[in-house]
Amino acid sequence: MRVRLAACLAVAPVVLPVLALAGAAAAGSGDLWPHLLRFVLPQALVETVLLLAGVGALVVLVGTGTAWLVTCYRFPGRRVLSGALVLPLALPGYVAAYAWLDVMHPAGPVQTALRRTLGLTDPRAIPLPEIRSLGGCILVMGMVLFPYVYLAARAAFRTQGVEVLRAGRAAGAGGWLLFRRIGLPMARPAVAAGAALALMETLNDVGAAEFLGVRTLTVSVYVTWITRSSLEGAAQIALVLLALVAAVVALERWGRAPGAHAVDSSATLQPRALPWPAGLAAMLACALPVLLGFVVPAGYLLWAAARRIGEFGLPPDLWRWIGNSAFLAGLATALALLLALPLAYGARRDTWTRMGRPGLGALLLKLGMLGYALPGGVAAVGLIIAFGKLDDLAASWAPVALSGSLGAVVLAYVIRFLAIPASGLDAAYSRIRREVDWSAQSMGAGSTRLVWRIHLPLLLPALSSAALLTFLDAMKELPATLLLRPLNTETLATALYAEAARGTYEEGAVAALSLVAVGLAPILVLACRATKPHLSLR
Amino acid sequence: MFKRFRVTLGALSLAMAATAAQAAEVNLYTTREPALIRPLLERFTQQTGTTVNTVFVQGGLAERMAAEGTRSAADVAMVVDIGNLMELVDKNLSQPVQSAVLEGAIPANLRGPDGRWFALSTRARAIYVSRDRVPEADAAKLTYEDLADPRFKGRVCIRSGQHPYNTALFAGLLVQHGEAWLRDYLTRLKANLARRAAGGDREVARDIMAGLCDVGVANTYYAGLMLAGRGGEEQVRWGQAIRVVLPSGGTAINVSGAVVARHAPNRAEAVKLLEFLVSPEAQALYAEANFEYPVRPDAPLNTIVAGFGTLRVAGTSLPEIAAQRALASRIVDEVGFDR
Repeated sequence: MRVRLAACLAVAPVVLPVLALAGAAAAGSGDLWPHLLRFVLPQALVETVLLLAGVGALVVLVGTGTAWLVTCYRFPGRRVLSGALVLPLALPGYVAAYAWLDVMHPAGPVQTALRRTLGLTDPRAIPLPEIRSLGGCILVMGMVLFPYVYLAARAAFRTQGVEVLRAGRAAGAGGWLLFRRIGLPMARPAVAAGAALALMETLNDVGAAEFLGVRTLTVSVYVTWITRSSLEGAAQIALVLLALVAAVVALERWGRAPGAHAVDSSATLQPRALPWPAGLAAMLACALPVLLGFVVPAGYLLWAAARRIGEFGLPPDLWRWIGNSAFLAGLATALALLLALPLAYGARRDTWTRMGRPGLGALLLKLGMLGYALPGGVAAVGLIIAFGKLDDLAASWAPVALSGSLGAVVLAYVIRFLAIPASGLDAAYSRIRREVDWSAQSMGAGSTRLVWRIHLPLLLPALSSAALLTFLDAMKELPATLLLRPLNTETLATALYAEAARGTYEEGAVAALSLVAVGLAPILVLACRATKPHLSLR
Repeated sequence: MFKRFRVTLGALSLAMAATAAQAAEVNLYTTREPALIRPLLERFTQQTGTTVNTVFVQGGLAERMAAEGTRSAADVAMVVDIGNLMELVDKNLSQPVQSAVLEGAIPANLRGPDGRWFALSTRARAIYVSRDRVPEADAAKLTYEDLADPRFKGRVCIRSGQHPYNTALFAGLLVQHGEAWLRDYLTRLKANLARRAAGGDREVARDIMAGLCDVGVANTYYAGLMLAGRGGEEQVRWGQAIRVVLPSGGTAINVSGAVVARHAPNRAEAVKLLEFLVSPEAQALYAEANFEYPVRPDAPLNTIVAGFGTLRVAGTSLPEIAAQRALASRIVDEVGFDR
């Protein structure tokens, strides 16, 4: 009972903005729909589905493939690459999009150098594919989002089924067979959870898509809201979007497939050395995503920022922005982890007592993911309406208002990103055997003791990667921060936006680079941690 | 070590939140980029001793004010685009202000008759043309209509048709020529595009420099910002690649402006701030800081901006444009302009 209550409490704030939006949607007349159905949604839906399919395929392929390579094989640069593959997470999608457009533009460094070497003068002479396209957007987004899958898959490959993999090897199964028949099926819940996060992030994005000229449903939400001043219409489309998210979540469930994923592992897998041609290929396969997802865009950013600092100096408030970003994101991360634990545990208890049918706990967990699914700006408006209503209710007794306070920003992050620790812990839970719970309970351990003393240590790897992802996402979060923050308060993301909004993003290059740099710290911590001997699931 | 760092950060952040508690102050919600208005606000504080607390918001400023209701800290809301200004008025988030100073400085067509909104600066939606590939004589005669002419097939760059700058431009044409005309115009303009309608206004100049296109549509002040080197050395080259044309048949303008918030806790300071913003000094700063056109007829233009030629404003009333935005935006969808 206490678990359910805690789970309900954790979910309550997430439901608020959705309810507020549903209220706004219901207030609209619906006279927009004939137009939307005829001219907007069919195309937006097609572009959105294609974008999701493309990004989904790319992140699963790259994320799982590289995770498998770095766990099972030894090849040159493996240790470095194993950590470096997480780096793209530090780059917000919209920043990567700006950087890639600059790099690949006819006036940019790549084409200029190419023309110079080839002795060409006509800027249209080199028919490079246009980055301002659906394909370009898929590539840019896929290359910054694959680490979601990589992290999940790597943890899964490392912590589970080592015996089975060994047995497979002993039986003479080659690399591909081992991957396809044993590794991948066992990692499926983790891969599915990682891919679901990447897809929701894709759905959420508006900066990169709009900049690259891809008209997704999310972009339509913004156009309806901003250009046509119809929050009601925007909320209505946003609710359609939620249906798409439900589809993504269903895909995740399907991706998990019922079956015994809980496999004990008492040892770590010894990576096998690869002969040089294969080793080189493995190295390149792991280096390419790092190059495309991080080195090129971040390198370009570094160059732009250096030039900027050379010309205009360091922004005087930089340290304040960094402090605000780290503080708000850190606080939100701690809160989100705290709330996610009862949610994930509740889902474990309830699916299990009801013989596999989704019980209350499982339902609450899915509800907890809702905040991640709404487009950020629309979620922000939902939040501001909800906070306003709360303040109205509390006006008679509460001395302070939530609206326009730092608390509102932190709460917004928690609501938006609760899905990350919730899904991560849920996936990790599916790999802890039920027998563990049973034996603890048979010896008289209550829920709190069970979670605290037994689950928590086992969940630690998943918790730390969830903490990292939440922290990074909260730090990169823009629309809610922009809309909800108090007077005279800037974070790195809002400062970047404030400067970039005037024209090209170069003016925000320094803030963007700092955003990346602050994000790198926890990534490095995680990468170092992962190279230490791993916690066993015994 | 990390813990101590975190504590310091926390204290810092709380201190920042608490700075807004002194005597004379005015709270500004703005969608104008902070760097742009900072010099103006600093000057105001110097002159009056009144502290200006700001929060820079983009989408949702009106929603935030509405949700905060009577508790709202907002005294002044400063926005770009007539549509956003009218939204504040339509949602009853502004209050009428009577001020001889404001009425004397701002021409009647650039403020609400009841003092519920005031334009503070105007900007023109100009045509950028390639200096190399479009002869000067042709450029001087260009109109918005010409951009849809077959002679510019595959040579036009523009940002998303759904961007507020463009919907306002199209709404103005809609008021002048009617719905059927606009539909036909946008279809033909779309057929002329060299690339997808995306990116920002400066990309138009960059793409013209790179040879992707020869003509485009963008706001005047971007050319000023680029040419003056505000975007760095590289952008000076983008700016030098183009010629800014103010269509002689009537140039579409838009405004930035402000309202006094309905529940303004510091109403007197709010009015004072607005009055300062239309003073000759502030208007000159506006012109210099962001290369906009001052609303005060007697305020001097920035020299770069003056070099663009004489601005002959299309006669359409701004609130009328704001009212037609939604229809213009629908037509943009219907012709698949952004596809």
